[in-house]
This record gives sequence, C-alpha cells and structure tokens, in this order.
Amino acid sequence: MRLQTTLALAAAFALAGAAHADTELVIATVNNGHMIEMQKLTKYFEQANPGVKVKWVTLEEGVLRQRVTTDIATKGGQFDIMTIGMYETPIWGKKGWLQELKPDAAYDVDDLLPAMRNGLSVDGKLYAAPFYGESSMLMYRKDLADKAGVQLGDHPTWTQVKDLAAKIHDPKNGVYGICLRGKPGWGDNMAFITTLANTYGGQWFDAGWKPQLESKPWKDATNFYVDLLKNYGPPGSSANSFNEILALFNAGKCGMWVDATIAASFVSDPKQSKVADKVAFAQAPTAVTPKGANWLWAWALAIPSGSKKVPEAQKFISWATSKDYIALVGKTNGWATVPTGTRKSTYENADFLKAAKFAPAEKAAIDSANPNDSTLPKSPYVGVQFAAIPEFQAIGIAVGQQMSAALAGKTSVDAALKASQTAADREMKKAGYYK
Amino acid sequence: MNRFLPRALMAPAVAALFLWMIVPLAMTIYFSLIRFNLMQPEVRGFAGLGNFEYFVTDPSFMTAVVNTVVLLASVIAITVAGGIAVALLVDAPFPGRSLVRLLLIAPFFVMPTVNALLWKHMMMNPIYGVLAQVWQFFGLQRVDWLTDLPLFSIILMVAWQWLPFATLIFITSLQSMNREQLEAATMDGANYLQKLRFMVIPHLGRSIAVVIMIEMIFLMSVFAEIFTTTGGGPGDASTNVAFLIFKQALLNFDAGVASAGALFAVLLANVAAVFLIRMIGKNLD
Repeated sequence: MRLQTTLALAAAFALAGAAHADTELVIATVNNGHMIEMQKLTKYFEQANPGVKVKWVTLEEGVLRQRVTTDIATKGGQFDIMTIGMYETPIWGKKGWLQELKPDAAYDVDDLLPAMRNGLSVDGKLYAAPFYGESSMLMYRKDLADKAGVQLGDHPTWTQVKDLAAKIHDPKNGVYGICLRGKPGWGDNMAFITTLANTYGGQWFDAGWKPQLESKPWKDATNFYVDLLKNYGPPGSSANSFNEILALFNAGKCGMWVDATIAASFVSDPKQSKVADKVAFAQAPTAVTPKGANWLWAWALAIPSGSKKVPEAQKFISWATSKDYIALVGKTNGWATVPTGTRKSTYENADFLKAAKFAPAEKAAIDSANPNDSTLPKSPYVGVQFAAIPEFQAIGIAVGQQMSAALAGKTSVDAALKASQTAADREMKKAGYYK
Repeated sequence: MNRFLPRALMAPAVAALFLWMIVPLAMTIYFSLIRFNLMQPEVRGFAGLGNFEYFVTDPSFMTAVVNTVVLLASVIAITVAGGIAVALLVDAPFPGRSLVRLLLIAPFFVMPTVNALLWKHMMMNPIYGVLAQVWQFFGLQRVDWLTDLPLFSIILMVAWQWLPFATLIFITSLQSMNREQLEAATMDGANYLQKLRFMVIPHLGRSIAVVIMIEMIFLMSVFAEIFTTTGGGPGDASTNVAFLIFKQALLNFDAGVASAGALFAVLLANVAAVFLIRMIGKNLD
C-alpha cells in the first residue's frame, strides 16, 4: 500500500518535471548528405516525443573527430549523442566511455547487417547504432570498357583493372583511366591504400604489434598504386579524396573509380551525373588474396557514458536508425536517397531495389567484409582499412602524408615507406606495445 | 617607506598579470613532464624528459624549425620591402589617394582562414584558379601551387595578409618626413636613389624595427593558413612548429608531447627576440 503511494507520487513528480522542463539533446554530427537529411526530419521525432528538443552541432569530419574525442576523453559532457565511426566504437566501448545500447524489441536488432553489428559491438554488446554503412567497390564506365572490348565480370583483379585503365586512358579528350584517392589522411588515402595492401597480402602490424610497412606486400601495393595513378590517373591526384573524385567522375573524366559504395547512388543519379546511364559496378579488385580488399565503415550514433539523458538519447537513436526512419526518408525524398548499408530489410524492400541498381553489389561488398579477419597473415587488431587502436590515427596521418608525397613525386616509394615505418615504430614504442 | 605606498597600490594589478602568465605556463610545464595522452587516460605518471625527447626526435622536427624560420624571414622581407615601396608610391598627393589607401589596408581585415580559402580556391586552384587561367593565357604549363610549391604558397598568402600592416606604419612614418631637408637635398643635386638611401630609409629605421618586431611575434604561430590549405603537406613540406604542435595535440591527442612542443616554441621565440633586440634595439632608444 505504502509502496504504491510512493510510486504514484514518484510518477506524479516525474510527470510534473517533464511537463515544465524540456529535455534538450545535443547531438554532434558530421556534415554529409544523410546527416543533413536527418536534421530536416528531426521535427517528426520532436512531434512524437513532446518535451524533447534536439540541438544539432554539425561539423566537418576532422573537426568532429577532434571535438568528440576531446569531449569524451576529458569527460566534458557537451554532447548527449555523438556521431562516431567504426574506428572509435570498439576502442571507446572497451574503455567504458560509451553506454551500452539496449533498444526495444520493435527496433529489431537482428535486422542489422551482421558485419555492421559486429563492427559496432564489443564482446557482443552494441555500443553504437549504425546510421548508414558502406564498403568499397569498383565503379566503371561500361561504355568505355565495351569500346575497349573488355569484360570485367563481378570479381575483377587489379591486373585486369590496370590493363583496362591503359586502354581507356585518353587525356587528350579529358578521360583518365582510373581515379583514386590521394589526399593525406587515415580516412582519406589510407583507407584505400590499406585495402590495396591487404589484398597484396599485407597487414599494419604483425602478431607482436610490430609495424609492417616495409614488408614486401606494402612495397608491391604502394609501387602499384603510384605507377597506376602516374600513368593512368588525373593530374593533381595527391589532393583528391572522395568529393573531388566524385565531381570528376560525374563530369565523365574518370574511366574507373574504386571507392565507397555510397558513391554508387550519386554516380547513377541522372540529376548530378553526366554518365548515370553508363556506369557499371563490380566488387573491389583483388590481387593475392580477397581478404580485406574492400573496406567496411559505418557512421553510427552513440551515447557517452556520462550522459544524464540516457532514456531520451536512446529514444532518439532508436528512431534515427530504425526501419521506420528509412521508410520515412523513402517517402519524403525518394528511395534512392535512403541511408543504406545498415539493415537487411532495406535490401528486401522492393521500392529500394527498383530505385537503386547498385544495391546487390553494395550488399555483397558489405557482407564479404570482416573486421575481425581482414588480413592474410593473422593480425592482432580489429578493422579492415584501419587498426582499431588509439595510436592508429597518428600513425595513419603520418603514413598518409608520406604516401601523398610519394604520389606527388616528392620522394621515392621506398623512402616514403621507410619514413612511414619509422613514424609507426615511434608511436608504438611510445605507447608501450613493445620495448 | 615613501616608495612603499605606490608599490602596494600597484601590487594587485601586477599580481593579477603575473598569475595570468604564470598559471598557464606552470600547467604547461607540468603537463610536459607527465605521460598525458587523452586516448589513454589509464596511463599516467612521471615521464621525465621523455616528451621533449619524443618531440625533438620527430622526423619532421628539423623541417618544421627550418620552415618556421624561412616563413618568418621571407614574409618579413617581403612585407618590409613591399611596404616601403607601396608607402612611397602613395606618399605624394594624387586624386583619390585616401580611397587607394583604404583599399590597400583592406587585406589586413580579412580573417586568416578566409584569406587562405580565397587563395586556395580562387587564385591557386590548378584547374579553375585565376593564376591557372593567367598561365594558360600565356600558354604556360599551369602550376599546381599547393602541391609543388607548398611553402612558397603559404608565404605568399601570409605576406599578402601582412603587407597592409607594414604599409600603414610606413605611410604614417613618411608623413613626418622633413620636406625642407628633402628639398635642400634636391637643390644640392642628390638624385632619387641617393635621397632614398641617405634620408628616407634612415628616417624609417624605427618603424622598420617596429614592423619586424610585431610581425615576428605574430608570424611565429602561423597556423590557420597551413591548416586550411596544405595540411602541413605534401609530406611535411609546409609544416611549421605551430602545426607540428597541433598534430601532437589534436591529431595524436597527446597533451604531454604537445606541451613539450609548446615550451620549445616559447624557447624559440625567446632566442629570436634576444637576437632581434640586439640587432635593432639600437633603433628604439
């Protein structure tokens, strides 16, 4: 009896509190198309959840990373929800910096693609919910390949790609054989170069955490990359990343492009691409091994462990990464623009499959990536195009700088790899992985 | 005793200023001596001089120091020489002089980041930049400025930003030039170059010293231009000490090493200041 009264009182207080105090959720996110769309649709969430107001802090990827990392490491508590990637999630989850996510049954956790769910979990606990996911694949101009009399099939090799690039390379008419990332950054050129090194049989660190940048696979991969772009790439490649190449490809200047699967929806969209009807898709090219040839990435939403507004934050995350949200975007914006790469149900949706001809290739690429087993020799780290350890950002940036210098012809491949190895070795020593 | 009262009255202000300086400095020194990486909060403890050693043995360290000095020297040389030239040009009255002067000062009020973006996209882009168009007009090979001449590009941007500052100071200084003396020199048959060499430049001596001093202080820590255009690259071709510290602090999240780097920058600034005061301090008495 007394218990009931207490509960009733508590409930009344709670309601009273909710009635005259809006909870404000501060969300840090990255400035790309899907996220901007989410901000526009936030009003639907606010209508469904009176008393919760959402405040957005939108930043460029690099700045977002700095802000979010310093905030979480210093327990700053500026953000209730953070947009983080597949790199941060396992590290921070392990450190206990993130709240475990426990969505309700309606959310249907089992609908998440296994690769995404595993990449965002630590010891079977989900720490971030995928908002959209991607792998990498080959996009190429079917018309040019046909003219050259080449059939690429679904699983091309890098040798085939190089031969085709040589055949369609025509700088006089402004068509370059192949465009690839060259702008320094662990998420820019290193994402691509790491997948290339993986497929040549390389790895970042061996079982004793020793960096392997001067090993034969890395030498082969880097030489191949520099030669390929020097001979059949556009000028100024060392400053190109995703957006720059997307503009080139859409203008019809690239014969081939290996990059994020998300690009497929842009290059096949007649509104922005001149070559929308001429594009074909294949899996990322392979060399020695198919392991780790295509990357795996997700932008995901997570709650820092110090948050005072966990229930509301959980509610928002459940909404933004739900099937219903995807359907909402499909309804309001068209099915070609929904966030992809997160749920099985998306790829079973007839409307989506009709609007997105790249869907099967994208799903195959995501399903074939395994962050826990992405290198030919066994590796101690998790991650396909990165190693999920705190030191990797610094190492990736240093190596990325060297690679772009090699690509720009400022240094030789061997010297660049030697400098990279030194930089990686210093970081790992400082962090105490070995003496 | 009679000296005590004014000192006692000044004490609070002096103490506040002292604290203003000493607390951050003490914190920086403390951080530089401990293991303090934001990404590994569980690793703490006394690091001795490990952080300093790590910063100084960074393969980019010497490059960064040399780049810092080259950047400083070039920008100061360009702004002093250019500033004097421009100031002499607009010294004599002509119609619309005040408007021209106003336009000359304008770049100084552009934020460094905006300045960098303007140069990066509008001027230096190898495909649609103004410079590329000019090069093409003359049938020359377009220059990919930020890839092939990264440090020179940064020098150009910063010099453009600081030229108005130097010009402004020299214009005011020229106002107080003794016209009668100049006229007398002309009567004695001195040509323009002689007048410049023996009268104008000595007259500008003090303001040149001021310009060099102030630019030195501000240009030590050029950062925004590098961050928004080249990101310190390609390789480390345009990394200066400030950018190297940024890399340690915000890309590697290592507050310990970054603090050690910051202390090194303080040292560098002091060495430079000592030399400067020796060299040009004579002009300031």
